[in-house]
Amino acid sequence: MDPLLVLLATPLAGGFFLWALGERDSAPEVNCAFSFATFVAAAWITEEVVSGGPITGFQEQFFVDPLNVFLVSLTAFVAFTTSLFSRPYMRTERDKGRMTPGRLRLYHSMYQVFTFTMLLALTTNNLGILWVAMEAATLATVLLVSVYRTAASLEAAWKYFILCGVGIAQALFGTILLYFAAERVLGAEGNALLWTHLNMVKGQLEPAIMSLAFVFLLVGYGTKVGLVPLHNWLPDAHAEGPTPISAVLSGLLLNVALYSVIRCKVLADGALASRFASNMMMGFGLLSIVVAAFFLSRQRDIKRMFAYSSIEHMGFVTFAFGMGGPIANFAGLLHMTVHSLVKSAIFFAVGHAAQKAGTQVMEDIRGLLRVSPRVGWGLMIGTLAILGMPPFGVFASEFLILTTAMREHPWATPILLLALGVAFAAIFSRVQPMVFGESTLKPLPYQPALAPVFIHLGLGLLLGLYIPPYLAAWYQQAAKLLG
Amino acid sequence: MTSFSTQLVNLFAAVLLLIAFAMLSQRRIVALINLFALQGLALVGSTVTVAYATGQHHLYYSAGITFALKVVVLPLILHRLIRKLNVKWDIETLINIPSMMLVGIVLVIFAFNLALPISEFSRSVSRGTLGIALACVLMSFLMMITRSKAVPQVIGFLSMENGLFFAATSATFGMPMVVELGIALDVLVGMVILGVFMFQIREQFDSLDISHLEKLKED
Amino acid sequence: MNLEGILAQLTAMVVALVLAPLLVGWVNQCRAWLQNRRAPPLTQQFRTLHKLFCKESVVAYDATALFRLTPYIVFGCMLLACMIIPTLSTNLPLAPAADAIALVGLFALARLFISLAAMDIGTAFGTMGARREMLVGFLAEPAFLMVLFTASLISNSTSLATIVGTLAHRELTILPSLAFAGVAFTMVSLAENARIPVDNPATHLELTMIHEALVLEYSGRHLALMEWAASLKLFAYSCAGLALFFPWGVAEANDRVALAFALPVLVAKLAAGGFALALIETILAKMRIFRVPEFLATAFLLGVLALLVHLLLGA
Repeated sequence: MDPLLVLLATPLAGGFFLWALGERDSAPEVNCAFSFATFVAAAWITEEVVSGGPITGFQEQFFVDPLNVFLVSLTAFVAFTTSLFSRPYMRTERDKGRMTPGRLRLYHSMYQVFTFTMLLALTTNNLGILWVAMEAATLATVLLVSVYRTAASLEAAWKYFILCGVGIAQALFGTILLYFAAERVLGAEGNALLWTHLNMVKGQLEPAIMSLAFVFLLVGYGTKVGLVPLHNWLPDAHAEGPTPISAVLSGLLLNVALYSVIRCKVLADGALASRFASNMMMGFGLLSIVVAAFFLSRQRDIKRMFAYSSIEHMGFVTFAFGMGGPIANFAGLLHMTVHSLVKSAIFFAVGHAAQKAGTQVMEDIRGLLRVSPRVGWGLMIGTLAILGMPPFGVFASEFLILTTAMREHPWATPILLLALGVAFAAIFSRVQPMVFGESTLKPLPYQPALAPVFIHLGLGLLLGLYIPPYLAAWYQQAAKLLG
Repeated sequence: MTSFSTQLVNLFAAVLLLIAFAMLSQRRIVALINLFALQGLALVGSTVTVAYATGQHHLYYSAGITFALKVVVLPLILHRLIRKLNVKWDIETLINIPSMMLVGIVLVIFAFNLALPISEFSRSVSRGTLGIALACVLMSFLMMITRSKAVPQVIGFLSMENGLFFAATSATFGMPMVVELGIALDVLVGMVILGVFMFQIREQFDSLDISHLEKLKED
Repeated sequence: MNLEGILAQLTAMVVALVLAPLLVGWVNQCRAWLQNRRAPPLTQQFRTLHKLFCKESVVAYDATALFRLTPYIVFGCMLLACMIIPTLSTNLPLAPAADAIALVGLFALARLFISLAAMDIGTAFGTMGARREMLVGFLAEPAFLMVLFTASLISNSTSLATIVGTLAHRELTILPSLAFAGVAFTMVSLAENARIPVDNPATHLELTMIHEALVLEYSGRHLALMEWAASLKLFAYSCAGLALFFPWGVAEANDRVALAFALPVLVAKLAAGGFALALIETILAKMRIFRVPEFLATAFLLGVLALLVHLLLGA
């Protein structure tokens, strides 16, 4: 059996199965089971790539190399842990009456479809299919963002749909231009959108077309990454949707969108032989870091605040890939991993905390440590980790990015440091009273799933202290692919 | 490649541009949907012409898909939608149409200048069409910005896709089939979801005015 | 300039003077048929002109010389316009003196005088009409210029004779730019000639009238000249439209056979055009005066689009 087929078929089948299953009480468990199966398939594929090198499948339509296999395993892993988290979370929501059986059915089914679209986007070799999968990922999540049917959630979902739709339309134009450039070299036989083929001939692609194509692709996929000034949908969609969706949006979708950008950047770099693509990414990255950092302090909604933090971190990663070179690319990949782990852990903890408090307004959430110490510690440690405190992995990657910036673009260093400082002050001053202090909150009806939180944080810690040699080798390979 | 087919493609490009302007200034929702269907028809015409002129057979299929989707299915869905939502005779108050037209003209010139350096590489039937396609995309964008009702915004969104499709057939000989199928599927699903959305929005706000959806802002 | 040229020019003038009132009569007849009314005879306009010329001309007490002079200037402008548009032949001695832009200038000059004269008396209607006329003109002129520029770009010349010659002898190609320009030109002509949907030529009792408000104070031979000028203007616009968009049948210089056919062809084309105008006027309703800017902005847009399409697509 082809591991690739298993990897893609499992979540897709899961989506249909959960839709057919309907409003059973066991749906969350089935959801977990499918996510686990997907994770196993991802592990299998990872094993194959690590031992046997890149694999392609289905007439080269699919392609897994060290760069995307690490994202595949990360995606499958976080999707699995999030499904664990969503079990008690969604039961609580159902008991509160915010989720009806029909909505739960939609939620579980779309959760699997969303996982499928992300894995499809990651593993496809065809840049056209990549676009289709990215758009499908929006479509799968847009109804989940509005699942509570409140005025705010409808607005968030509409914005999400329209802004991402417009953004991704730009990416389609970019893809068309890319095809236009490629077709002159590769001919129209359908290979002209395969990344592996493009990568081989990238030096011959017409620079004038490629530079325009890259601008459109960056703007298009950048909208989904949440790069400033295309970020308007992101805080709303994160804040108004159910928390598991916020976790996968922040932890996974942004990564996948960024992955699309860097695949395109590799081609643009090869064709342009200039720093045009890199400079654009650095510019967008830097702008995102600074703007997000200053918006952080103005938030009252906790999920919104962490959504801005995601924008900031995505800015960091974009900046790192923009700088390029082995160390910055390595740091970027590491940052993607730890951000994904830590941010989803934070959203898990935030989800439980908000459920306890019955609100997402930070001033009304107080003294988590008294009521449920584990949620409190989870949130506190997660916050410290995301803020880049040693010894967590975020510190390691940010340190690498900063030192590279200092060496190659010294002018950017003070800006980065300032943004980090502002972000630290804003987030820490908000989270600290939420965790410590007096409280009147009541315990939850279902035992919160805190294992995912601590597993993620543990992994984040591990990556900060010690990167296993095979993992390091893997990152280095991927970093080399990016040039 | 006969010059007559070039003329035909140019004609369709001009018609597309004209429809884009007409959509920008159209107040009635029903007429807007019909314009959208007409735009789809012009698109089918140009695709068939390119297919015939270049002998690319897969373009006939994509013309077929376009016809089915953009001339038949989507307008039908939209018509049903506005009937069910009871907004069939809605008229949007558009202020200052002339200045919007001027912005549109500026967009056309901008788009053409943007596409100029690369359109000379085109081996397809006509060169200037890439600029026209980009102009159509930008004008749909403008339409989405200026409209405050949900349905016109959605039509703007869909017509943007038309412009992109036109770019694909005019710059190259159309995208590979599998990609086109995927895009068509996405558009269709997106339309259905948007339809669901509109019912949800109306249920919540008793109107389809998107200006209700401006609460979430940074203060 | 040879004798033949002068002869052609004179023929064109006589044809314009005769055909213009007939065209108005024809349009009125068609309109009457389409509206199920009994039609006035074709020569009704001549009878009206004759009647007016026989009548005494009454001039307001406060009127200045400008008021008396205007009918002659307007009539002269329109006649000149008719003479530089190639109606029968492209061999016109006057053509090098005035090109397409000068044509617009002639119309503008007439408009200026007619508006000044209307304001000269100081009545409310005259002032209002003048204001509206200027509004329409201010919006229609750029659109008209765009149309002419498009045609000029296609034939690389602003001389009307050259434009018509080029357009008549090109091979049959689809020119979307010319199609857009044609629509724009039709809209401009409707507005400039005070036809429905911009103005109603059949009434002088409406508050929103434009042309009739301008000539309200004229009587006798002055009014006759004004009416004749108006019909010449319609004739000029019709001929310009036919020459630009249906240029077949206009005779080349020194082509006597074609010249013999040119007149019947012209009459046939004018008849068809007049019927189309009557049809438009029957189908459409007069729009509110505040919508006129939008109407003309659309015409302008179409003109610009025509220009852009020609520049961008070369078509």
